[in-house]
Amino acid sequence: MVGIVSYGFYVPKYRIRTEEIANVWGKNPEDVKKSLLITEKAIAGVDEDSLTMAFESASSALSDVKVDRNKIKVVLFGSETHPYAVNPASTILAEFLGIEKNYLAYDTEFACKAATGAIISAQALIKSGYSDYALISGSDKGMGKTHDTLEYTASSGSVSLLLGKDDLILELIDFESFSSDTPDFWRREGIRYPSHGGRFSGKPSYFYHIEESSKSLLKKTGLKPEDFAYGVFHMPNGKFPVQVAKSLGFSFGQIKDSLTVNYLGNSYTASALMGLTAVLEKAKTGDLIFMCSYGSGAGSDSFVLKVTKNLDKRRKQFLKTVENKQYISYPTYLKFMEMI
Amino acid sequence: MNYITGYYTTKFGELWDKSLFDLVEEAIIGVLKSTNLERKKIDAVFFGNMLAGVLGNNLHTTSKLSEILDVNIPVFRTEAACASGGTAFNLAKTYLDANSNKNVLVIGAEKMTDYSPEEVITALSAAASGEEQEAGLTFSGLYAMMANFYLEKYHYTEKNLAYVSVKNHYHGTLNDKAHFRRKISIDDVLESAYVSYPLKVLDSSPISDGASAIIMSNNLNFIKKQDYSVSVLASEIATDTISLKSRKNIDEILATKIASDKAFKMARIKRSDINVAELHDCFSIAEILAMEDLGFWKKGEGGQKIKEESTKYGNGGNLIVNTSGGLKASGHPVGATGIKQIGEIFLQLTGQANNRQVKNAKYGLAHNVGGSGGTAVVTILSS
Repeated sequence: MVGIVSYGFYVPKYRIRTEEIANVWGKNPEDVKKSLLITEKAIAGVDEDSLTMAFESASSALSDVKVDRNKIKVVLFGSETHPYAVNPASTILAEFLGIEKNYLAYDTEFACKAATGAIISAQALIKSGYSDYALISGSDKGMGKTHDTLEYTASSGSVSLLLGKDDLILELIDFESFSSDTPDFWRREGIRYPSHGGRFSGKPSYFYHIEESSKSLLKKTGLKPEDFAYGVFHMPNGKFPVQVAKSLGFSFGQIKDSLTVNYLGNSYTASALMGLTAVLEKAKTGDLIFMCSYGSGAGSDSFVLKVTKNLDKRRKQFLKTVENKQYISYPTYLKFMEMI
Repeated sequence: MNYITGYYTTKFGELWDKSLFDLVEEAIIGVLKSTNLERKKIDAVFFGNMLAGVLGNNLHTTSKLSEILDVNIPVFRTEAACASGGTAFNLAKTYLDANSNKNVLVIGAEKMTDYSPEEVITALSAAASGEEQEAGLTFSGLYAMMANFYLEKYHYTEKNLAYVSVKNHYHGTLNDKAHFRRKISIDDVLESAYVSYPLKVLDSSPISDGASAIIMSNNLNFIKKQDYSVSVLASEIATDTISLKSRKNIDEILATKIASDKAFKMARIKRSDINVAELHDCFSIAEILAMEDLGFWKKGEGGQKIKEESTKYGNGGNLIVNTSGGLKASGHPVGATGIKQIGEIFLQLTGQANNRQVKNAKYGLAHNVGGSGGTAVVTILSS
């Protein structure tokens, strides 16, 4: 059985409140919060980027397992804000982690599902016998154009997973993927800010792909929504995951612990994985977790994960950790995002 | 006399899987089927569209319609901003007045949701005066100025305006082709976000896709074979200054007053004869002004009258307004709107309006406005 051996997360300490942004643009903060269900979002500092955050989360993932780093022969880095357009971040990450050079590395990009797609590739490489372990990082310093809805949602964060076949904390029971050419959100080469199709990013994009991917996996596994202790869905805002969970038959109780978007925003590639991280703080041995990512463009990866007794040994404190925060003003936010 | 013998409209809304010409084709196929009219028997086509050139770089749409129809007949496109559909209908009627024994196809269509709101708002602003565009005025801004003036002059509040949207959203629930099919309350309107004070999101019509088509004829042999027909008593166009600043009064739309006076004179009926009307409620204030400018209500009374809800379906009023849901709830694909309005009156006068059918409707009126009142088209139909 292939699965997750350990995990780590990193959320920068800086937060900007929805009020702070809304007031700049003359919007009623309560209207914005009611619409997006986001009260504040996490922002990386001026000296942080997707790579530095990936180093933090990957270091955390490797900190509590005794793994010979030479046995990690796969290092994949998923992001939509890679520090370089050409030049892999995965090799820099591996180098800084002390992983020796006999490894396969590549950066992946598929909007917010770049890392979950990498999980699927990595599990196959482990199953094939190519590697005992694979390190996957999903990391973003999410950027939104000023006065765009994304300005309230796009946040920073990173989650790393060490995949392997022994001593698992989460068994990867099964997965499914669903993709199509649906351009709902994009950023062209050389263009700084992403564009999006407004409500087009909803029904024909997010909802369609997540629903198809999820239904397909439920059918494949013969499992029903009520069989799961937790559901985790990609979180572009606070409303979408609640709506899609309901349409699939998951209760609010099953997903509420995963809704990190409400207080951290949407950390793009790390979003669904951040929800998983929040859930793992509470999950019990034997619990089934349904996790489904979404990447604009568009596609969705869904996973059935089963918690083992090893989770207790490597469980991370999530809520208390992200409570260590410092609020910043709008000008400071612009400075940290290098927009001024 | 000219008769409308058939009508078809696509659903209005965010139709992401359909292009402008997919919508046009659906409307053409639908209306030809409803009238059993062979495409080779169409003598001319009139196409109302505003934005295909600006947004889609698609001009010469008349030739595209020839391709869709596989005919080589005259095809004309009209553009008068949101009154593009109404003016297409007016020109079609004029064509029939000048040519006997002809069948014409009138289509209105617009594709708006493939573009960003900024692109669409900029494109729509092309219908405003250059100076007012440069001053930063959008159409919501222009209508907001009219609303502010009206509310202050006649001592009304935003709540008076909200009754328009509540009524039209209720009507939208009865129309399976409407963009929005949910009831809203006065509080919903008042609590919605401001677009341009005092107008809020729920005072404003949406950006929609859609296409509507009508068959009009003066070919009596063809008309006799039709299941349904209504006579076109009048279709009148009036224009006015494009700039709001150049108007004497901004609590009225003069073009509407002129067009309606001419239309009622031509139709030889009284205002009180009209049982159903489709009015141009691009913003809530616009329906109140229209009711006054068309002569249904006295100037300044509209704010109070709308609260009485006599124009709402099911309340037993003598005149029911915007049974389609109006622009507010039915949606506003700008080129299609003028045709949909006339089509809705056709449905009402031929007893085909299903669960929103106004009993014993004999006379109906459609009112289509371009811009902030630079063009107005008033059409009167009789069963």
